[in-house]
Amino acid sequence: MKDYSDETSGPELTADEEALLKEMPTLTDVGQARRTFLGQTITGSLGLFALMLLEKEQALAALGTSPEAVFAAAPALENPVKVVLKVNGATKTLELDSRMVLLDALRERLELTGTKKGCDQGQCGACTVLVDGRRVLSCLTLAATLEGREVTTIEGLAKGEELHPVQAAFIKYDGFQCGYCTPGQICSAVGLLEEARRGEVSHVTEDVTAPVRQLTDDEIRERMSGNICRCGAYPKIVAAIQEAHSGRETARTWRFVEEEELARVRKGGEADETV
Amino acid sequence: MRPFKYVRAINADEAARAVASNPQAKFLAGGTNILDLMKEDVERPNELVDLTRLKLAEIKTAPGGGLTIGALAKNTDTANHPLIRKNYPLLTQAIVAGASGQLRNMATNGGNLMQRTRCQYFYDTAMPCNKREPGSGCGALEGLNRIHAIFGWSEKCVATYPGDMANALYALEAVVRVRNAEGRERTIPIGEFHRLPGDTPERDNNLQHGELITAIELPKSPFAKHSYYLKVRDRASYAFALVAVAAALELDGGRVKQARIVLGGVAHKPWRSPEAEAALSGRPASEESFRRAAEAALKDAKPLAHNAYKVELGKRAVVRALMRASRLA
Amino acid sequence: MPRYIGKEMSRVDGVAKVTGKAKYAAEFRAPNLAYGFIVLGSVAKGTIRAIDTREAESASGVIRVFTHLNAPKLGPKASTEYAPPRNAREQDKSFRALQSDRIYFNAQPVALVVAETYEQARYAARLVKVTYNAEKHTTDTEAVRERARVPSQGPPPRPRGNPEEAMKSAPVKVEAEYRIPIEHHNPMEPHAAVAVWEGDRLTIFDKTQEVYGVRRHLASLFNVPEENVQVISPYVGGAFGSSLRPNYYPSLTAMAARELKRPVKVVYTRTQMFTGHGHRPYTIQKIALGAEASGKLSAMIHEAVHNTSTFEEFSDNTTGFTRQVYACPNLYAPTKITDTDLNTPTWMRAPGAVSGMFALECAMDELAYALKIDPLELRLINYAEVDPESGKPFSSKALRECYRLGAEKFGWKNRKFEPRSMRDGRLLVGWGTATGVWGAFQSPATARITFRGEGTAHVVSATSDIGPGTYTVVTMIAAEYLGLTPERVQFELGDTKFPRAPAQGGSQTTASVGSAVHGAALAVTARLFALANQDANSPLKGAVASDVEMLDGRLRLKNDPSRFVQIAEVMRHNNLTEITETFESKPSEERRKYAMLAHGAQFIEVKVDPDLGTVRVTRAIEVTACGRVINPKASHSQEIGGVVWGIGMALTEATEIDHRYGRIMNPNLQHYHVPVNADVHEVETLFVEEDDQIVNPLGVKGMGELGMVGIPAAIANAVFHATGKRIRELPITPDKLL
Repeated sequence: MKDYSDETSGPELTADEEALLKEMPTLTDVGQARRTFLGQTITGSLGLFALMLLEKEQALAALGTSPEAVFAAAPALENPVKVVLKVNGATKTLELDSRMVLLDALRERLELTGTKKGCDQGQCGACTVLVDGRRVLSCLTLAATLEGREVTTIEGLAKGEELHPVQAAFIKYDGFQCGYCTPGQICSAVGLLEEARRGEVSHVTEDVTAPVRQLTDDEIRERMSGNICRCGAYPKIVAAIQEAHSGRETARTWRFVEEEELARVRKGGEADETV
Repeated sequence: MRPFKYVRAINADEAARAVASNPQAKFLAGGTNILDLMKEDVERPNELVDLTRLKLAEIKTAPGGGLTIGALAKNTDTANHPLIRKNYPLLTQAIVAGASGQLRNMATNGGNLMQRTRCQYFYDTAMPCNKREPGSGCGALEGLNRIHAIFGWSEKCVATYPGDMANALYALEAVVRVRNAEGRERTIPIGEFHRLPGDTPERDNNLQHGELITAIELPKSPFAKHSYYLKVRDRASYAFALVAVAAALELDGGRVKQARIVLGGVAHKPWRSPEAEAALSGRPASEESFRRAAEAALKDAKPLAHNAYKVELGKRAVVRALMRASRLA
Repeated sequence: MPRYIGKEMSRVDGVAKVTGKAKYAAEFRAPNLAYGFIVLGSVAKGTIRAIDTREAESASGVIRVFTHLNAPKLGPKASTEYAPPRNAREQDKSFRALQSDRIYFNAQPVALVVAETYEQARYAARLVKVTYNAEKHTTDTEAVRERARVPSQGPPPRPRGNPEEAMKSAPVKVEAEYRIPIEHHNPMEPHAAVAVWEGDRLTIFDKTQEVYGVRRHLASLFNVPEENVQVISPYVGGAFGSSLRPNYYPSLTAMAARELKRPVKVVYTRTQMFTGHGHRPYTIQKIALGAEASGKLSAMIHEAVHNTSTFEEFSDNTTGFTRQVYACPNLYAPTKITDTDLNTPTWMRAPGAVSGMFALECAMDELAYALKIDPLELRLINYAEVDPESGKPFSSKALRECYRLGAEKFGWKNRKFEPRSMRDGRLLVGWGTATGVWGAFQSPATARITFRGEGTAHVVSATSDIGPGTYTVVTMIAAEYLGLTPERVQFELGDTKFPRAPAQGGSQTTASVGSAVHGAALAVTARLFALANQDANSPLKGAVASDVEMLDGRLRLKNDPSRFVQIAEVMRHNNLTEITETFESKPSEERRKYAMLAHGAQFIEVKVDPDLGTVRVTRAIEVTACGRVINPKASHSQEIGGVVWGIGMALTEATEIDHRYGRIMNPNLQHYHVPVNADVHEVETLFVEEDDQIVNPLGVKGMGELGMVGIPAAIANAVFHATGKRIRELPITPDKLL
């Protein structure tokens, strides 16, 4: 058995690791992720990665302004707009260029770079965030229009140390590779789950006059089609969302071929009847 | 994107006045198309009047059994409104066939009618396009025109209207209610809302500058039981139609009492086929009748160099949509 | 028994990615950052007659507008006429922005506007006015097909046996032409760089598959020592080959930053992603296959022609694997190139292989139907037991097992031979198969491990992780051989301050970098063993270094774990808090004696709506033999990715050029259709592990490309089986099936 998640073949746990495991309440929500997730608490793994990145930026942050640095002669914003909005629960007051879209406001002004720019024209879904709880594209949302609105980004989904169930499920099912579309996928999925709870229909809903309850995998595929993943993690994204939606686990669709099977087909010779 | 003044409108009259008084001002609702085009420098307003605070999002029954849909109701809310799902499922299907969940959460019904063509030449400011820059020529006429019109095009423009919702609205004989800066209201039947390109392809529709869409009115529909929206595209979702068909039938036993056939993705406006509808009237609801109707619907198509397939695809799509509408398939 | 290798592990960078904390190139902050926006040209060939930047320069917030008139000339080779390199080592003739008035391709950068904010730069870019002296251009490969030539680099193609004669006398023949349009990578992350100069030292955050390649490039262009350039790229939002070469924007960004004495950021727009790097070339392939009535191949002639640019030769060696897939005594398989006024093509996932195998594997299917032999059986009949090209044995090859197990799993025996013979209600069902092949490459790579007495390790190597899971797989390898749990291993990559590693391309990373990490771990082990043996009473006395292993804080005998020393004690005893070992792994001499390939068999089910021409890939099975699998969880994701890319190539993707203008007309994701979630259904993988002691110490072959290679052909073959229509020009869109 080659299964890292299997209790019998997993690594021995030290007392510290056992303690670490107990600190990960989210993981019990997503079944076997509990074990394969070892060492990947927000404080653990993320701390490590954040530290690595921080170090790279620190050197730059210390940089002073060069005496010869060139600045614009007329740097002032034209058409400034003042906006007060909530982002991940915190009130933000911004004076910004009327042309600034929410995506750029998040990335360039609020240091919330988790929201990604993929196409900047509504054709990929990477910039998906929640505005007043609904999934929208931040690249086509003028920041100026958001007075009094509540924006939730990928940075606002986890509750402290506890990942949102969709975030945990994405890790469990490996619902990403490069990770660039992932924040948009996850925000989209969180919005989708709420839409499903409201019984909303989709293009593949057979009878739009009837109530919609449980989403089939095909329903999830269609509803997630506004989020392009060029790495092609789609089946795993669907599995992650299905579990977050219904609690249903999706069986693994890969396996190692066993020695006996190999021996059998090798014996088969030229006139193998399986072909 | 050019610099623009941002104005947050408080009520419809103020919004209409703001736009009417500035020839370069535009309304902003969901923003899903205009912002994209502004980034491409195709749309160049110097003032945007934000409509999103206006109270025009209500969906309510109208006297006479129809339905009034607020212009600022989101596409998602419209598609999922219980009365629309029950009485106008064709509209629900058409809306959810378009764009993505996120875009439908942003897009408004009024804005949906205002979306502009997805012609590649229109989008690229380095290319000729009479719609974007009158007099510069039509790049698609003798260029790449696989996704372009087979009906109603002119030498000046072969672009298509890209939307789905309007195709269903046409089949349902909706009426668009608009209001101008003086507070005067008028209604435009949906079939007369969008235009054919003719010599003025820069004008997509028959709205006057400063006129604001306030509502879409749907008459009571006899089609709830037998309608279907079919969309054929290059991938399974999140793509514009190669051909779309909004089909609606009122059946009397096994016979067609009345029919509505509107094709999308084939013309500068939703393309209704009175010929096909007439061919169905009084006929049995059968594949054979549907084939005859499909032939009638596509009879006068004039394909371009790369889109002759739309004629055959259009026929087959009409048959399939009618088969689904009549529940024969 | 390995503790981690071969077992499922979630990504160590998973939390960083699902919480939005992982930082990609454009997301690094620098004080006084200015924003650059690239202005693209609008003719395909000619010169810039005049360029008027006055309006742009007076726009609000604009700092400077760079054009060929005021941008400094870069590098020792400032000539823009792309003269032949002065020496063979200097191969970089890639396009450089703003170096002359010459236009080589449409949508070439002609100016860079730098402003205080992004909005200001984007707007002012629209105000730059350029006029051109346009010249007659050629962007249509079909139009210059007859001018195709063999690339000047590499050996000329030589026939094997006597293909023409053999073809003439073959009792059964098929001959056909296949076409693949230009395709673009379209990673979700647009290419981006943030450049910061401190005197003559440059720090640049860049999206790249090879930090050292970018460093070499920039050092040469800016005439500074390589050590003065630090390239940082911890996360890459997909690349698929588009970041193998430096592209023009890092030097453009660094140039602006140096001129303005402040940090500058440049990010491609999605539109710029269609000319800002290369593409999969437009490829025309003519194939003739001759066979005996038994199905045995007697002759193969496979000629490919694809475009390159006017200033640079690029060949993806389309026909390369044709020489090695099937046993056939007579063969001719040249790849030729022809000049077009487009940017230079480049490697794109499974470069050459997926294009060549699309044609070859469709032709094999055509041959199967001409022979009335089951398509899978035909492949088994022509199975290559040794490398047909060199005659060398394969280091390992479990392709036969892949075919048979895949057939079993898929239920291939239930396939009806005749096209249009299987249905699911109204839909036509088609089953197709194809062979996948890719090289088992390895390049020199270096890794450094710092092992600390408290039982943790810090591992570094300047490789990339563009998505395959390199962070995780290297962590697993280090944990395995250092006897630690993975969470006690910290692995860093993507920075030129780390030891050199090759580009993440060609599916060679685990073989190369993994071997280096393995070697460094063994070096740590050997060092500890030597230290332990300084103690005359060491329980390990009498053993040699290869007898011992590290596990859970102990250094112990592999075959007698009761004999051990505590590592912490050994280090304490020697007054060491940490041990650092650097190891460079290189391909072994032994490799030369073998042919080394990774293989796979791919089975596809499609359902075609015969009325509407729409195709759905409803089932895909990948059976893969690629040596040892380190992390099956991530490997399966790679396989799925390969299928999704295959679906895109087969059914939806094409870059469309209006040849009148020589301009790409669908440079966006609304008209360039990559597959969406609803296009993808079940993807199953069977891993057939090969015990390969030759390829590298870990026994791994790559799989990032392999999983895609056979898919487009398998889909096209399935579409033929479903419909009876043989579509030889990709993509298979609904209009082609009406």
